Formats: sequence, structure tokens, C-alpha cells
Amino acid sequence: MTGSPHRSPVSLSVNGRPYELDLDNRTTLLDALREHLALTGAKKGCDHGQCGSCTVLLDGRRVKSCLIFAVAAAGGSLVSIEGLADGTDLHPLQSCFVQHDAFQCGYCTPGQLCSAAGMLDEVRQGWPSLATEDLVAGPDGLTDSEIRERMSGNLCRCAAYPNIVSAIREASATGSRR
Amino acid sequence: MRTFRYERGTDPGQAVTLVAGEPDAAYLGGGTNLVDLMKLGVARPRLLVDVTRLPLDSVEPLPGGGLRIGATVRNSDLAAHPTVRRDYPVLARALLAGASGQLRNMATVGGNLLQRTRCYYFQDVSRPCNKREPGAGCSALDGQNRDLAILGWSPQCVATHPSDMAVALVALDAVVEVLEPAGAREIPLTEFHRLPGERPDQETTMEPGGLVTAVRIPALPYARRSTYRKARDRASFAFAAGSVAAAIDLDGPLVREVRLGYGAVAHRPWRARLAEEALRGQPATEENFRLAADEELAAARALAHNAFKIPLIRNLTVRTLVELTEGSVEPAAERGR
Repeated sequence: MTGSPHRSPVSLSVNGRPYELDLDNRTTLLDALREHLALTGAKKGCDHGQCGSCTVLLDGRRVKSCLIFAVAAAGGSLVSIEGLADGTDLHPLQSCFVQHDAFQCGYCTPGQLCSAAGMLDEVRQGWPSLATEDLVAGPDGLTDSEIRERMSGNLCRCAAYPNIVSAIREASATGSRR
Repeated sequence: MRTFRYERGTDPGQAVTLVAGEPDAAYLGGGTNLVDLMKLGVARPRLLVDVTRLPLDSVEPLPGGGLRIGATVRNSDLAAHPTVRRDYPVLARALLAGASGQLRNMATVGGNLLQRTRCYYFQDVSRPCNKREPGAGCSALDGQNRDLAILGWSPQCVATHPSDMAVALVALDAVVEVLEPAGAREIPLTEFHRLPGERPDQETTMEPGGLVTAVRIPALPYARRSTYRKARDRASFAFAAGSVAAAIDLDGPLVREVRLGYGAVAHRPWRARLAEEALRGQPATEENFRLAADEELAAARALAHNAFKIPLIRNLTVRTLVELTEGSVEPAAERGR
């Protein structure tokens, strides 16, 4: 039990490691990562769910961590950009982003990568997007228009979009799952 | 942000009781709108009752056809549901036209219906707004109102309902199942959202403290021929400037039945019944589609910056119905050749 009714105990698994926190209920998942766990990879861009730079994977799904109170995610399992690589082995998406020069300032990149990882998983599950011609059949490969539509929740103010698209296209073609 | 207590709902009755016991309580679904409004100071609950773990997360077929969709089903799961994709493409497309992949993974069906307007003035606590504070005045009426209503507005409020999903659901004759402090009740979606009138702060016909538990859509075999068309300022991840949900059933060259919903035009998802009536039994021609839209839009009153919405909705209606009836429609009379 915590003393204040406005605070809560919050158990979270982050990148495979368990954490026990005691947080003000107002703490977002993003602030819990950045301010309480010193995991500053997820970025605070707009803090209103509009830019995507705070994207993480919560229970396997890409979400915007700035619009989730940590207390509401308690018990959940989270992967942030710090957990995407396997030690010094980059995640295939990370390698493709490097090869394709898919960033300039890099601020949006952690969110782009986590979003792309979640997005590729959605495609593997056959989820349609608005760019999918045949809703029943599902996506017919990952065309550039599919990538652009599915990644529209991640803004890049440097406008590295063409290289982000080509990096994701290659990661998708070579298989990004681990 | 004001401090708040947090409780997790375990069953719908307990969640309703918790909210009924605190005047400043709110249900927390995916949080994609509420958390933002709390950051902006627009929503200031003292208690959040998290409903995302209530056992309301399934999509079930109904005995006579149709679907019962639990209120906590995530938007992305509903859009990916095989039955929705096959039998109600208008609903899948409307869901997929809304927000972004991340937000659809978070947002719930109940929360989508209950999301608040994106009117700038409603979201800016430094500006008067009758929806936030009854009697304060409407800043949008003579302000930046390009995105706001053309139908059903009042001098007290010109806000629009921002949902895409609800526009498809209203065309599909959806019914909202709610649990209120007094008990369970059903409300047709066409009667769920209010027009602003004198009380734009009262957005739904649910009793205070009511919880959406499910949405039912009846069987509608011809909805397999349905779709959603959304016009917006950029290709993706933007609210609608205008949108049309449509389903149509043809009897040879004639319209046997048609359903039309309009989005981003009013305080509620707009069921275009006048246009539907105008088309029933008529030849499915481009000209008739246009006349039907005009029938619905005759009551439209544009604000200073949104007169474009009237031809936009007319054109969206025509293009959507032409797309759905391609191959069955008479070629348009040659013009200007």
C-alpha cells in the first residue's frame, strides 16, 4: 500500500526486466520510462499523441506512451527502443535504418523503429490498412503505399520519409522477426 | 493536471457504482482522448475508473445475424475482425481511416463513441466555450470554424463529432447497450448523441455515470456492398473535413435500399435519411445521387469558413455511391465534350 490515494504501486516488465515503482497516478508511461527508469530512448515530442516519437511496444503492440498513464499499464510487459537490439546485435530494422540513412536528427527514430516493429507484426497477422485493396484477403505484400499509410502515426520533421520507407521495405523483405 | 484516484473496474456493475459515488469521476478506456484532455486542463476528474479490463472485449455473432461488439474491443481488433471485413466493409474502412496504427491499438469502441470534439476552442481553456462551461459563449461561431458544423448546429455550439467509426455505425443502424446507475438500457445510435441546442455540454442521451457496454449491429446482407470515403487535409492521420459512409442494395437499375451517414458535419454522426428516402426506388444514376445529397444538404447552414463542406459532402456522396454501383449505373450524360 502506498500512503497517498493519488499514488499507486506499479509493476512493469521493461525490456524483459521487472520493475516495482511507486508513482503519482498522473505519471505517463513515457515519463515513467524517462524520469523513473532512466530509459530516455522513447522521446517526448508533442506529448499529445500526434507525433509518434514516444512509441513503444506494450504487450506486443505499438502504442503511444505519452497517452497512457503508467498505473493503467501496471502488470504489462513493455519493449522500448533500448530493448529492440540483442546486446550489440542490432535488430534488423535498426540495421536497415543505418544502411538506408533513414534519419537525420534522429529524434523521431526510436519511435519510428518501435512503430515499424509493431507494424510488421500487424502485417504478419494479416491486418488490413486503409491502403489495402481487398479487405477480406488482407495486405498483398508490403507496398510503399501500405508502409506510408501504416506509418502515418510517426512524423519526421527532417522529412527522412523516403529512406524510412526503403529501410522498412528491406527489413520486411528480409524478415525482421527475431 | 489535477491529482486523481485510480481504480480498476472488475465488472461493469462495480465500475458504474464507483463512478456514481464520485461527482468528478470518469471512465478510462484507451485514454487517447481523455488523457490528452486532462493534460490540456479540459477534463479534470478526481477519480478514474479504468474499464479496459472489464470482460467486454469480445465480438460475437448474434443469433439472427449481426454482431455484438464489446465496448472495450480495440479499434484495431475490430477493423481486423474477419466478419467485419467481409460483412461490414464500411465499418472496417471507417475504423482504418481513423487516427494512426498506434492509437487504434489503444482506442476502444466505447471511447470512440464518447470522444469529444476537436474544436480548437473546446480544447483551449483560455477561450470561452459553452460545451466546457455552459453560458460562457461560443468562440467558434465567429472564430476559426473551418472544421466545424454545417448541419444541426445552434448559436451555442458549432462543434462536430470527430469519429469515423460512428459514421459507419450510424449508417448500419447500430444500437448502443449502456449500463446506467438505474440499470441496463439500449439506445439507437441515431439517438445516442445529442444536437447541441441550448445544452452543448450534454453530449449524449445516457444518464450521468452511464457506461457503454456494447454496440450491436444488425444483419444487413447488402452491407457487403458498402464503403467509407473520407476527405481530409493530408492523406492519413487527420480528422475528416467531411466523410460519407454508404451501403446500397440494387434491384436491377433501381435503388432498393440505401444507407448514408455523414461525418464531420454535425454535433453527432449524421444519418442522411432525407437522401436515403430520395433514392429509394429511383434509378441508381449519378444525377439521382447528386439530387439525393442536395435533398439532405438543403438544411445545411455554412459558417464563415466552412461553406466548402456542402459541395464536398455532395461530391463525396456521389463518388461513393458511383464506386459502389459501378457496372450497374447508366453512363453519365455526355457533358461539355
